[in-house]
Amino acid sequence: MFMRILSTARIEFLIAFRNRWVAIAIAMMVLFSLVLSVAGSAPTGELGADRLSVTVASLTSLSVYLVPLLALLISFDTVAGEVERGTLPLHLTYPLGRGELLAGKLAAQLAVVTLAITLGYSVAAAVAVQIAGLSALDGLPALFRLVWTSALLGAVFLSLGHTMSCLARRPSSAAGMAIALWLVFIVLYDLGLLAAIVADDGGVFTQRVFPWLLVANPADAFRIFNLAASDAVGAASGLAGAASSVAAWKPLASLLTWPLLAALLSRLAFGRVQP
Amino acid sequence: MTILSLSSLTKRFGRETALDGVDLSLAAGERVALLGHNGAGKSTLMKLVLGLIPASEGRIEVVGNAPGSAVARALTAYLPENVAFHPALTAREQIRHYLRRRDAPPARADGLSARGGLADAADRRFGTYSKGMRQRVGLAQALIGRPRLLILDEPTSGLDPVSRREFYALLDELAASGTAILLSSHALSEVETRTDRIVILSRGRKVAEGPLELLRAEAALPLTIQLRPRDGREGDLAAAFPDAVRRGAHLTLSCPPSEKMALMARLTGSGDTLADFDMLPPSLDDIYAHISRRAA
Repeated sequence: MFMRILSTARIEFLIAFRNRWVAIAIAMMVLFSLVLSVAGSAPTGELGADRLSVTVASLTSLSVYLVPLLALLISFDTVAGEVERGTLPLHLTYPLGRGELLAGKLAAQLAVVTLAITLGYSVAAAVAVQIAGLSALDGLPALFRLVWTSALLGAVFLSLGHTMSCLARRPSSAAGMAIALWLVFIVLYDLGLLAAIVADDGGVFTQRVFPWLLVANPADAFRIFNLAASDAVGAASGLAGAASSVAAWKPLASLLTWPLLAALLSRLAFGRVQP
Repeated sequence: MTILSLSSLTKRFGRETALDGVDLSLAAGERVALLGHNGAGKSTLMKLVLGLIPASEGRIEVVGNAPGSAVARALTAYLPENVAFHPALTAREQIRHYLRRRDAPPARADGLSARGGLADAADRRFGTYSKGMRQRVGLAQALIGRPRLLILDEPTSGLDPVSRREFYALLDELAASGTAILLSSHALSEVETRTDRIVILSRGRKVAEGPLELLRAEAALPLTIQLRPRDGREGDLAAAFPDAVRRGAHLTLSCPPSEKMALMARLTGSGDTLADFDMLPPSLDDIYAHISRRAA
């Protein structure tokens, strides 16, 4: 079984490589990290935090937009594309379960996302060391934490992309649904919470419900976990107050639960696809 | 030994009945052709057997296993209609992947490509392949691991006559080693005479089943006889066969199979007016059209 999943992952990675997705993902992450770490140095000034931690705080704000987008771009075609090309029926007659097929594809796409994240952040770290010297290396744990939480965030949105791909059946509508999903999770959700807080004016909602709603969204959980754990919280985020009011285990639990939940969702959606 | 058995198999899509109470059984080494128009239910039947879609009613067993179960999938190989592969992959990569999925050594990919007549094109990407070449790759993947049951959806479409002959030779070989083969086609003439049994579907119902000879006898379609008169004796010949129709220089007669011998006697009796004659049996397509029409 493991060999079959591995073989599926290998062929999917090859396809991603040939379709330039690997190159596009890496270029995107490296370019944005580079711009952020070079241009982001001016306004932060002296914060008492090491240079790399400041960069990590900036990268967190970037990744919360970019990683889900990248993951959805890579994954929306996964099932819908196979349906449209007519390659799905043959796949499903092989001795490989639907769960295994999905797991193989997820593994390959997660490898692409993780590769892009790691390379991108490494470039940012190199720039930080270049500017501030070896003292910047104090921020390495923060950077490492950013890498693995970004990978988890990527896994969530890859599986959500698979779910959209199964529900839509056509690549074009899957792409539309993926973009809508991104807007809801990354932009509208926070705006909605903000509006609710303003309307509530410090009442029960703000005190009790809001912290839970905040960590219920994987993107917010990612942001809070990285910022709360960082020394340079104030440097890059308006969420600083909220982040410090939430215990660190809550966003972490959310970040660990979401990949499984999203993978389960995609498996259920794939089960309903009739080729 | 029964490899595949269907009993009262019914599939409905909403209010439409795609397959209606079909019974069928395939023994090891048997080659059965499934015939029918577009929408007759051939592909639906195959997808049910493969476990890709659930049946509305009835039973399917693949060597005693439920369709789509892990065991059934391990025993079955499939060639879909219009087989497709990812355009960014090469045939060798794809076949190696299929081999790994069946727990077979990927090194066998070269042998399979060669057997499918693909040795030269194995390292080119599918984006550059013609339909016939894709069909060959599809066939090569279906041969992996000596399947007990082979399901082929319109396997000869897109193949030239020589490739088609090679393809049937390959099927003979597989059947001889005990594989049960179910293949579908639009036309009787495409399945040639190299299947043991023919099943005709029409609007989801089984309307005929049997060897080609049996279907031919049951249809009892008339033979066509072409008469060529001697020079200058056209009028005399036409008078001797008043039921014949003139077509160019020939006269054309049709005759039920039961009266063939009587007609032969009349023909030998008119030796001085008749230069030559041809007796044409009903074509396979005629027989198929007749059975489909009768069912409708």
